Amino acid sequence: MTNSLGRNVPEGKKPFVSSTDYKSHKRQQIGLKTQAEKPVFYESLETAFVDLSLHSGMTFSFHHHLRSGDKVLNQIAKLIEYSDLKNISLAPSSIFPQYDLSELIRSGRINNIYTSYLNGPVADAIQDGHLKGELIMQTHGGRARAIESGELAIDVAFLACPTVDLNGNGSGAIGKSACGTLGYAVSDLMYAKKVVLITDNIVDKLEKYQFDHRFVDMVVKVDSIGDPKGIVSGTTRITRDPIGLKIAHDTALMLEALGEIKPGMSIQTGAGGTSLAVADAIDKLMVKHQIKGSFASGGTTGFHVNMLKQGLFSKLYDVQCFDLEAADSYRVNAFHKGISASEYANPHDPKAIVNKLDIVILGATEIDLKFNVNVTTDSFGKIIGGSGGHADTANGARITIITAQLMRARIPIVKEKVHTVTTPGSDVDILVTERGIAVNPLRKDIITKLEAAKFKFVTIQSLLEIAEKICGKPKELPEGKRQIGVVEYRDGTVIDSLYGSR
Amino acid sequence: MNIGIAGSLESNDALVTVKAADTTKIEIHSIVDVFYHDQIEKVVKDVLSKKKNDKIHVIIEDKGALDYTIKARLLTALARMEANNA
Repeated sequence: MTNSLGRNVPEGKKPFVSSTDYKSHKRQQIGLKTQAEKPVFYESLETAFVDLSLHSGMTFSFHHHLRSGDKVLNQIAKLIEYSDLKNISLAPSSIFPQYDLSELIRSGRINNIYTSYLNGPVADAIQDGHLKGELIMQTHGGRARAIESGELAIDVAFLACPTVDLNGNGSGAIGKSACGTLGYAVSDLMYAKKVVLITDNIVDKLEKYQFDHRFVDMVVKVDSIGDPKGIVSGTTRITRDPIGLKIAHDTALMLEALGEIKPGMSIQTGAGGTSLAVADAIDKLMVKHQIKGSFASGGTTGFHVNMLKQGLFSKLYDVQCFDLEAADSYRVNAFHKGISASEYANPHDPKAIVNKLDIVILGATEIDLKFNVNVTTDSFGKIIGGSGGHADTANGARITIITAQLMRARIPIVKEKVHTVTTPGSDVDILVTERGIAVNPLRKDIITKLEAAKFKFVTIQSLLEIAEKICGKPKELPEGKRQIGVVEYRDGTVIDSLYGSR
Repeated sequence: MNIGIAGSLESNDALVTVKAADTTKIEIHSIVDVFYHDQIEKVVKDVLSKKKNDKIHVIIEDKGALDYTIKARLLTALARMEANNA
């Protein structure tokens, strides 16, 4: 079976129809489970594990706010093995390279994985064909939707929580493992059958908290939930690469030509070096024209915090803090607001921030002539990431801009067909490369405005031709390898399939 | 010694080593081998035939270099081998 983009969909799965199809479906929410009693406190994960009466076939979930410093998932993985559990489904919001799950995957203890971002040894083990069940790659908003609808039913959510009070309320803002907002874990907290907070800091009473004790069954005190060095990525810097800087500069000039640098504007950029350079270029234009925007959103960095402090935006909506400055600002600044994954990007959440965005700046490992974007695999077909909020913001924002170098180490970024579709071309409006800007022909409004402003742009076809003239035309990758999983669009339909390396 | 080296292992570059041999042997290790193996081989063969050199062992360790980079590195490696020989 194929979907509307011509991509393979395994039998029994819902094929992707369009990026607006979700609007004709109603929001589904399973009942909220609240606790009448206070949560039970444990001094050891082992004892808590026994009292949870776990069995094979269950689904466990986790969040990734401690990023590459997280120690919780590996501790639970050890207990899965120790308790002889088999056929477990794992649903962490992201999987980073420090997770050592290869042996549990090989031995049939972990058989299905749901996540929004994946790289490192776990990705390799799955692509080598060791996962008995399937890999389901969701968007950040799609994960929240799947959890609240019961489509992804979580038996136990093991939630790392930097500080918990004696009532069982939890916060990520303080404690030795503070990481800022815990937005991606809120759906797990509200809808998992059992919720276990795992912490290394217990206080008497939290005045402000993101996790409400009414959803919490257990609190477990451990020595350490994470390594602070890995929790935050340190100082996030603007790129110094001249190609990245040119792309950023051109992006800002184009936004100016489109009349988008205007009062009340809202924007989301990533935390990578080029994204920050774009934010910096926009920042300068806003200062020059004395523009005050409404909000910036997404994962945040010290750079975003500075824009808020300068008064360039009146609010920061933050689902995840990337560095210490962001985490500090979240703790002390009332205008730096933590939001849940659902409030950020759930297609059915009426409050979703992505729908209020004017502009989102995103990256791509590949983009094709129909503007379909791949951020899930590289050009060799290897899994190197995933949507995260890519497909959500692209769909929600009024203007979606992809910034990318036209070629990297001889590999053109523009393809006739991307290896994997993460975000459909119908949601992608503009591609900015160092050798030209291409506009999706579907966005006649943008084309008209750029023409009126005499702003130069080209076709995406011509960018492909330039890249292939310089690099040579790459040979087609051999096809027909074993399906190992799927990429879901934000509504849960299958937008593409994932394949093994052999 | 009958050997010449040019280039680097930086991204977008190639390290090219040439050694005198009885026949021509071309060894390509490239991060983009699956996409560009034949094209890299063609560049090497073109250079060797133009130089009328058919007794050489060429080793390319490629990090995504473009054709003109590979050509320049190969020509330099050959020139260095000759200089070493002189």
